Amino acid sequence: MTPMAATRSSAPAGERSPLLSMSHVDKVFGRDVVALRDMTLDVGQGDFISLLGPSGCGKSTALRLIAGLSHPTSGSIRWAQDRVDGDLSVVLQEPTLMPWATVAQNVWLPFRLQGRRFRAVRDEILEALKLVGLEKFQNAYPRELSGGMKMRVSIARALVTRPRLMLMDEPFAALDEITRFKLNNDILAMREKIGCTVIFVTHSVFESVFLSDRIVIMAARPGRVIRELRVGEPYPRTEVFRTSSDYAAQCRAASEALKEAMGAHDDH
Amino acid sequence: MTTTDETLGQDGRLQPATAPAIAADTEEMARLRRRRAEKIGQWVLPALVVVLTIFAWDRIVVINEIPHYILPRPGLVAKTLIEDWPILFDSLLVTLQITMGALAIAVLGGVGLAVLFTQSRWIEMSFFPYAVILQVTPIVSIAPLIFIYVDSKIAGLLICAWIVAFFPILSNTTLGLNSADHNLRDLFKVYGANRWQRLRFLQLPSALPYFLGGLRIAGGLSLIGAVVAEYVAGTGGIGSGLAFRILEAGYRLNIPRMFAALLLIALTGIVIFASLSFLSHMLLRKWHESAIKRET
Repeated sequence: MTPMAATRSSAPAGERSPLLSMSHVDKVFGRDVVALRDMTLDVGQGDFISLLGPSGCGKSTALRLIAGLSHPTSGSIRWAQDRVDGDLSVVLQEPTLMPWATVAQNVWLPFRLQGRRFRAVRDEILEALKLVGLEKFQNAYPRELSGGMKMRVSIARALVTRPRLMLMDEPFAALDEITRFKLNNDILAMREKIGCTVIFVTHSVFESVFLSDRIVIMAARPGRVIRELRVGEPYPRTEVFRTSSDYAAQCRAASEALKEAMGAHDDH
Repeated sequence: MTTTDETLGQDGRLQPATAPAIAADTEEMARLRRRRAEKIGQWVLPALVVVLTIFAWDRIVVINEIPHYILPRPGLVAKTLIEDWPILFDSLLVTLQITMGALAIAVLGGVGLAVLFTQSRWIEMSFFPYAVILQVTPIVSIAPLIFIYVDSKIAGLLICAWIVAFFPILSNTTLGLNSADHNLRDLFKVYGANRWQRLRFLQLPSALPYFLGGLRIAGGLSLIGAVVAEYVAGTGGIGSGLAFRILEAGYRLNIPRMFAALLLIALTGIVIFASLSFLSHMLLRKWHESAIKRET
């Protein structure tokens, strides 16, 4: 275990040093479409937070706000320390690779936009590709890869700058179950190695329980946070956790909370 | 299809296998035969049509005793092409020079304007209508004015050919620059890309296939523009391109030379199209759908 990972697991969720906080954030589209109402969330260093909820609950909107892709109508989003280049990375639902560039060139992108030459960061690129198990494919083009492999490249690109915060917007939603399980295991293993904070948007209860230590349940119309659950299981988590009765119980609790969230709004 | 299936088909040998496998293989072999026949036909059939057309042309002239100053025999056209080669070749060079020059300016102007348009909606709104007006107004109606206002004949010819050629490049490149994947745009924004980086690393590569499509059209159009402009510019002076030779030969009732010059123009057009298609293939073959062969 790396020192970073050790620091992270030594402090229970909620008592870690703060990384970012959203306070009373509203997002309104157009005149009166409330995508997000009064969202407050304190993100601690080393948290793995899932935003879980039905479609239209504002979970993707929240992620876009944190990513700086749109701005809150009111409220604020603050980083505890000033954000520098490479602190933040995103993985979207689509792999979103540049089809004209090789795998290594795609992973180079965050560095390239910082003005760093390929040769200067080659080691980091190879390291990131090794983390996702694709070092042999560095010269391949995206079209030659399967859906799961493309997603791995997308993750390698997000990891390459060793970000403090990684935002993932339903990254595995389009993948088959087997690939998804594999990637869930891998994403936890990668996080053990580089120890970054993750905010993970999903509509899968099972995925959120397996991956995260904090699950934020959200409801739709208007998008808002209903409650937060904590998953006590320590990391590293493996397949053993996935088949444990504890996991089943946690999933049931999350499902019920989600049902409550859906029931909070019956008119659709 | 796997490669083993293909070698099996090409060898013509069938491995001992179960009944359904053999049935599938015969179907596969029939498909391969069809594909091979298609591949041969692709070259043989057009060649055959050309040969037959030339033969029919020759017979029609001989049987109807058509004089060569109305319709020359194909052999005479070929002979003229060889005999007049020094004159025709010089003219070909002039026409090619205009065509290539116009195409080059069309690429620079088309791509430059497209980039400008995508950088600012206001510029696009202000100037796009003028690009359309230039495109839809027939060049033959503008050309005489251009030759009145522009002293240099070469410059006049270039302007005419450019007007015809630049629009497909402009409109295709603009479309391409605006077609960059919106998720990638978001990603570039998250990673703090500036305007120039977004243009260079995202929009220009996204626009490349569109640009190359426009370039192939523009290649043919710049030749047309050059020829039309030569017609309008008329005789005399330095601009003695192939169109000028056709005009001149027409005045002198030298019909075989008209045909020879026409042949050269057609060949030039084909060569331009083929080389631009080749360029397009080489630039896109590694990643773009249009250039990737798939086994289906």
